[in-house]
Amino acid sequence: MCCGSPARTIVADPLYYLEIESLLNFPRSPGGSALRVSLFITCYNDTLFPGTGQAVVRVLERLGHTVDFPPGQTCCGQMHYNTGYQAEAYPLLRRFVDQFQHAEAVVIPSTSCVGMMRDHYPKMALHTGDFQLQAAVADLLPKVYEFSEFLTNRLGLEDVGAFYPHRVTYHASCHGLRAINLGDGPMRLLQHVRGIELVELPNLEQCCGFGGTFAIKNADVSTAMLAEKTAAILSTHAEVCTACDNSCLMHLQGALHRQQTGVKTLHLAEVLAGDLEPAR
Amino acid sequence: MSTNSLDPRTSPAFPILAKAALKDAELRTNVHHATNVIQAKRARVVDEMPDWQALREAGRQIREHTLQHLDVYLEQFEANCTRAGGIVHWAKDAAEARSIVIALIKATGVDEVIKIKSMTTEEISLNEALEQQGIHPYETDLAELIIQLGNDRPSHIVVPALHKNRHQIREIFRREMNLPDLGDRPEDLADAARVFLREKFLRIQTGVSGANFLIAETGGVCIVESEGNGRMCLTLPETLITVAGIDKILPRFEDLEVMLQLLPRSATGERMNPYNSLWTGVHPGDGPKTFHVILMDNARTEILADQESRQTLYCIRCAACLNACPVYKQTGGHAYGSVYAGPIGAILTPQLQQMQHAKSLPYASSLCGACYEVCPVKINIPEVLIHLRNKVVQENTAGFTGAFDLEALAMKTIGAIFLDERRFRAAQRLGRMGESLLPRKQDWITWMPGLLGGWTQARDLHMMPKETFRDWWEKRDKNAL
Repeated sequence: MCCGSPARTIVADPLYYLEIESLLNFPRSPGGSALRVSLFITCYNDTLFPGTGQAVVRVLERLGHTVDFPPGQTCCGQMHYNTGYQAEAYPLLRRFVDQFQHAEAVVIPSTSCVGMMRDHYPKMALHTGDFQLQAAVADLLPKVYEFSEFLTNRLGLEDVGAFYPHRVTYHASCHGLRAINLGDGPMRLLQHVRGIELVELPNLEQCCGFGGTFAIKNADVSTAMLAEKTAAILSTHAEVCTACDNSCLMHLQGALHRQQTGVKTLHLAEVLAGDLEPAR
Repeated sequence: MSTNSLDPRTSPAFPILAKAALKDAELRTNVHHATNVIQAKRARVVDEMPDWQALREAGRQIREHTLQHLDVYLEQFEANCTRAGGIVHWAKDAAEARSIVIALIKATGVDEVIKIKSMTTEEISLNEALEQQGIHPYETDLAELIIQLGNDRPSHIVVPALHKNRHQIREIFRREMNLPDLGDRPEDLADAARVFLREKFLRIQTGVSGANFLIAETGGVCIVESEGNGRMCLTLPETLITVAGIDKILPRFEDLEVMLQLLPRSATGERMNPYNSLWTGVHPGDGPKTFHVILMDNARTEILADQESRQTLYCIRCAACLNACPVYKQTGGHAYGSVYAGPIGAILTPQLQQMQHAKSLPYASSLCGACYEVCPVKINIPEVLIHLRNKVVQENTAGFTGAFDLEALAMKTIGAIFLDERRFRAAQRLGRMGESLLPRKQDWITWMPGLLGGWTQARDLHMMPKETFRDWWEKRDKNAL
């Protein structure tokens, strides 16, 4: 079982054994053709949340696909672009295109980085006046998927053979909700996880107050927004709050730990990576 | 009154004003309650519209087209309004607009005017200017009356006294209207205001208004409101003076079909405004004998010239973005230090003021996108915020002192690190060494220095894992061989 999942005694439940049964018989093949998936881990997941990347690899390989990691990748440029340092973001756009332009499909376990690319890369490419770059961006973007979106939209899956016997609530990050319109995709994936007890988070559409450098530049307002979000999470009595973006989760985790609530945060990939086999 | 002035040239930065607002529990309760109520009403009447998204798109296109041909439509409005007996004045900035209004009022020989709620006259601080000239303006919109009597400032574009509850309003009315026995039921307060205002409506012969829309095709003006007090100001006086930004133009009368659906549903959650006033020039024996309209630029042409942020001018002042904004919900409007608060204020104010002290406003947003989602004319507010942040950075990093801007130095260094994966790996290792120097509890950092301290004031930070993802991947690759 991967990183930091809280322990919980599993109550005997006839349905539970049926679910285990279905998991044991879960097909270990991609269904359609196996894909070569290029993973863009993103700078902060690489540095702070390696477990998320490992979980993405585990889920995709479990489904029969191969994963590729272009080693020259670093950052999408979101922090610079959104803070007003656009000049610093342009070389990072070029770098991303160089690293991934020949990919069959690009998977990114971060809603805000995918949002950055969809919202700003075409316009940035246009500004450079470089026709080749514009064409490369137009060609590459349709192959770029947020992790949950890749499962639901590209592979057409809702059941990825996951087992995660915990009480979980889902935080819909603003970029997942409004920039890339994930809709109920992540919830449908979670609903098919065996053993899970899924609880709805009140005021789902409300921002957690992270907003990148906003959390630092406007720390007091950010903290006030965060307090409302952590109160909502606590009201669900969930053991784990999951999301498709570790930046929101890092923010929530920071407060949930400070307040000694015992509630953990975990990227959706790590929930979906949960299965009956020991991690390699 | 100047002590309460919301002047972005002199106001403290947003984080400072926000900190003060966050400590005011009563204010936060009032703002939370009011925005939640309006937001829920809006959601209800928007959800019942099957073609809402198409309406939004139509609204956006009307505004976009109008502003692309603003010169043509402004002249068309001038010609048609003049033909109908109106008198059109042009003002290039706030000072010119104020002096035109003052001259017009003085020409009528009165020292009192009744006013209908208007953000444009707030923008140019008209009331202060009038009082300095010995002219007393009476605000007649109930909320504006509360603000004026309370020596306060509007905190919301549509509901200026949203930060006050009825107990606070009763205190203001008791004191200012000399009504010691006044109750605090809504009807008590409305009764008191009615008695107070009716006398002004009947006595004062000069009215000052803003405008929701100017119709180029007819030369007509449109104002929508909920109370009917505006209708009194527009019909009873001998002289009516309307101050409008040049962005308020609509090409055709039938464009109101789109706007008068979008605006009330977005603004107050009503299907239609209770009072929709439309007038064109003057008519003998009906309404004001003299009608002036002042078309004011006040930096709008500069906004129009900026391709990236021109969409700011599409705004029809519905304030849906304020009610939806999680930042506004926490702080209320005064923290923005401007008459235009909330997300639209955060993009409009810096552009009206050439940044100056409003530099903190483009950062007063988590870029959550709730404002863009509700905007009836689809202004991509997050996009404009980011564009303005870039302008702030350019100003901060210009010249000799700019070379020592700490934030810029840090951002440029990080930018350079990301240009090469070997540098990035070195920085990750350096980060792990650096963080071991910080105070912590087990694996959690509890304090960080400088700006980063904003994070640890309410949050811990988990220490970096021993192994990055790419370290793990390389090891795994090797093991697989």
